[in-house]
Amino acid sequence: MAGAPERPLSPHLQVWRWHVTMASSIFHRATGVALYVGALIAAGWAVALASGPLSYNAYMNFLGNPLGKLVMFGLTVSIFFHLANGVRHLIWDAGKGFDLKLADATAVAAFVFSIVAAVFIWVIGYMTGAL
Amino acid sequence: MSGFQTDHSRARGLGAAKHGASHWIGERVGAIALAPLSLWAVYAGIGLGRADYGTAVAWVGNPLNAVLLFLLLVTSFWHMHAGMRVIVEDYIHKTFSKVALLVLNLFVCVLAGGLGVFALLKVAFSGGAF
Repeated sequence: MAGAPERPLSPHLQVWRWHVTMASSIFHRATGVALYVGALIAAGWAVALASGPLSYNAYMNFLGNPLGKLVMFGLTVSIFFHLANGVRHLIWDAGKGFDLKLADATAVAAFVFSIVAAVFIWVIGYMTGAL
Repeated sequence: MSGFQTDHSRARGLGAAKHGASHWIGERVGAIALAPLSLWAVYAGIGLGRADYGTAVAWVGNPLNAVLLFLLLVTSFWHMHAGMRVIVEDYIHKTFSKVALLVLNLFVCVLAGGLGVFALLKVAFSGGAF
């Protein structure tokens, strides 16, 4: 804008000490974007199913190849992380849980829960032949 | 002058967003609904991972599955539109780019949501592609 004064920029990512609550905040956005793509994949599944067996089988083969499975595993982690961290956000919205040590602990818990739950789901899936 | 206006009516619409907290509240209500729905989605995904065409069609034909999948799709697209909107508003500051991306976000969510829901209802009511 012409004539607008030069204003100082706020400090950016590289000048902050890396911290678990910062990581959980960034991951919340990242997993949200991943789940945006995941919802498009789910809608695509419904469209493929409605289009008949040929398109359904093609779509499932596309999701079932190793790269597709990697994407689906990433989406599983994303669902669990976004869910757990979303609960943290709802608790903060209620005005609770801001104590620093508690905020750190719940951030670590969200990360651990998302990894453990996703691995658990996929191990169960492989053992029962469902995935 | 505005001497007869209440403080509230003077303040209304003056914020950067030009409206109240409805967007913020709507995102949270969607989030609360998605907490159980997303867990159900994982459960459903396990069941459908290796489902052949006939199994998947029969699964969608079950009213409970059809309704929960309908709610999952609608609530997901509602919530992800709200979330992506905030991301665009946070990072994109040029007016044209911002408005273009906000409109694109809305159109993608409505189009994909509409396609997903229509396809789901078609399978649920007709029992497949025919």
